Amino acid sequence: MKQKFDKITSRCVPLNIENIDTDQIIPARFLKATSREGFGKNLFADWRRDADGNDIPDFVLNDNRYCGVVLVAGDNFGCGSSREHAAWAIADYGFRAVVSTSFADIHRNNELNNFVLPVVVSPKFLEELFKSISDDNATEVTIDLPSQTITNLKTGSVEHFDINPYKKLCLENGLDDIDYLLSNLEKIKAYENEKK
Amino acid sequence: MNTLIDKIWESHTIETIDGGPTQLYIDRHYCHEVTSPQAFEALRQRGLNVLRPAQTTAMPDHNIPTHDQDKPIIDPSSRIPVETLYNNAEQYGIEIYKIGDPRNGIIHVVGPEQGLTLPGMTIVCGDSHTSTHGAMGAVAFGIGTSEVEMVLASQCILQQRPKTMRINVEGQLGKGVTAKDIALYLIAQLGTAGATGYFVEYAGEAIRNLSMEGRMTLCNMSIEMGARGGLVAPDETTFEYIRPRFKGSDAEFEAAVEKWRKLPSGPDAVFDKELTFNAADIEPRVTYGTNPGMGIAVTGNIPADATEYMKLPAGKPIAGTKVDYVFLGSCTNGRIEDFRAFASIVEGRKKHPDVVAWLVPGSQQVARQIEAEGIGDRLRAAGFEIRQPGCSACLAMNDDKVPEGKLCVSTSNRNFEGRQGQGARTVLASPLTAAAAAVTGVITDPRTFI
Repeated sequence: MKQKFDKITSRCVPLNIENIDTDQIIPARFLKATSREGFGKNLFADWRRDADGNDIPDFVLNDNRYCGVVLVAGDNFGCGSSREHAAWAIADYGFRAVVSTSFADIHRNNELNNFVLPVVVSPKFLEELFKSISDDNATEVTIDLPSQTITNLKTGSVEHFDINPYKKLCLENGLDDIDYLLSNLEKIKAYENEKK
Repeated sequence: MNTLIDKIWESHTIETIDGGPTQLYIDRHYCHEVTSPQAFEALRQRGLNVLRPAQTTAMPDHNIPTHDQDKPIIDPSSRIPVETLYNNAEQYGIEIYKIGDPRNGIIHVVGPEQGLTLPGMTIVCGDSHTSTHGAMGAVAFGIGTSEVEMVLASQCILQQRPKTMRINVEGQLGKGVTAKDIALYLIAQLGTAGATGYFVEYAGEAIRNLSMEGRMTLCNMSIEMGARGGLVAPDETTFEYIRPRFKGSDAEFEAAVEKWRKLPSGPDAVFDKELTFNAADIEPRVTYGTNPGMGIAVTGNIPADATEYMKLPAGKPIAGTKVDYVFLGSCTNGRIEDFRAFASIVEGRKKHPDVVAWLVPGSQQVARQIEAEGIGDRLRAAGFEIRQPGCSACLAMNDDKVPEGKLCVSTSNRNFEGRQGQGARTVLASPLTAAAAAVTGVITDPRTFI
């Protein structure tokens, strides 16, 4: 799970839909597993397969023109349910980063806690990226975490993205919040004593 | 600054990482069977223990059947997560309200009614509707499973400090307009991402006049406009709700009330954003689309952006649309007041023969009160059946699934594609509007029956 993030260059999977909720990313009936593995096969299950379980050919994950480890999606990605299963499905499918103009708060944290990088770009950058992918399905982006930049290699457009320095450090070093919190147990106990 | 949110946040801050998140101490953690197994598993893998088991309360709610709860769950995919929760609670010494326990129910209904949720607390749960507990004047928010693990291991969470927003609803609500209608109205006004990054305090005359149940309904749906959470300042209504539920002596209660009175935002409080709406502008609401922001007054016409999925004719009135299912329940509207409201419309009428109605109390306690007040008998005489408590058709993880293509008027919180079953079409509404649909078989303005 703990996969260090540095710099990736990849083709993109475009999903030009706004307000994609976590019920679409992973429908509730697939939340029954008690481990974190294996959710990728049901990523976007109801958009990907019909009621009889057959692939819906025009859905982007079934379209072999598109591949890569970067998912590009419309505004407000990951709204709704807090289910981390959505982030597990995205990571398990093989995505390393999701690009959008905004993310729902809980889902953004869930992605970060699973070493998937949510990259927030401007509406102009996103629109151009969708157009580049539509014009040329082999369009690649480079996401460089140390310099906090994303580059559309088709057009050369570069944009800076924000990430808080703590989370950046975690991703670059493959550390998670538990590591941090456990190193701080004395302060937690001191707080509890003071409150008593 | 000096808002209710700031006061609670700051009094629970252990430290703030430079340019990063706050290490926030968590007073109470609720735990259900869907989002916790992987957190406990991760603890075991790391060889960690639960730091403060007394501050976590667990109960199964998402997967549980709403009938025959005295028998084992037949579907193994629902039974296994429930049993896993039981085993984890036992192993780590966490209090658990099992299926059939008189305290069991939907976690966000049970917490307040058992006196576990109190003003000024920080509360988390691996469930986005944890915002419900904000009605008591608590900072309460949904978290992911990795964060559940953090809380179990350290009773803390690392969290970016949210921005603050105050939403004032001034004036008085009209006849037949409920807290659910306020929520659906606000979400339509702000959009499903309108409050992303914010914690929302609800204020104003219309909010002050809401019962605790109404405030819970409103705070519950904060997440549907993207907010981290929503809360209402504690007041006499809050204290009277807590008094009979408080776990402590009368003197301890009075001392607690004195502390809680200091929580509300000061007159000098500054919010990052402040919005004001008029209660008089709010009518009974329904949704027509596939997110909770796609809503209109029940008297309105179906907008042009009606989705292909919903198969509703744009430009036509939404009232009169044929209804196949009605669902009363969920952490949004599964409380006693919701059943009273539903029954008030049904009074003197019968369930429409073409409607399948699922009436699911939010908890065992609500179920008992429904019977004690005679609501159960009156609803049964009108052709309804009261089921056993659980999350049920809100997200259809048990066998309460709305069939493909069927339209359900639902008092729950989400109308996403497939939320109530693959291909199911959901129209969100208040218990009054749901009852009006149940007796007429079509979407109906409940005010015609009041």
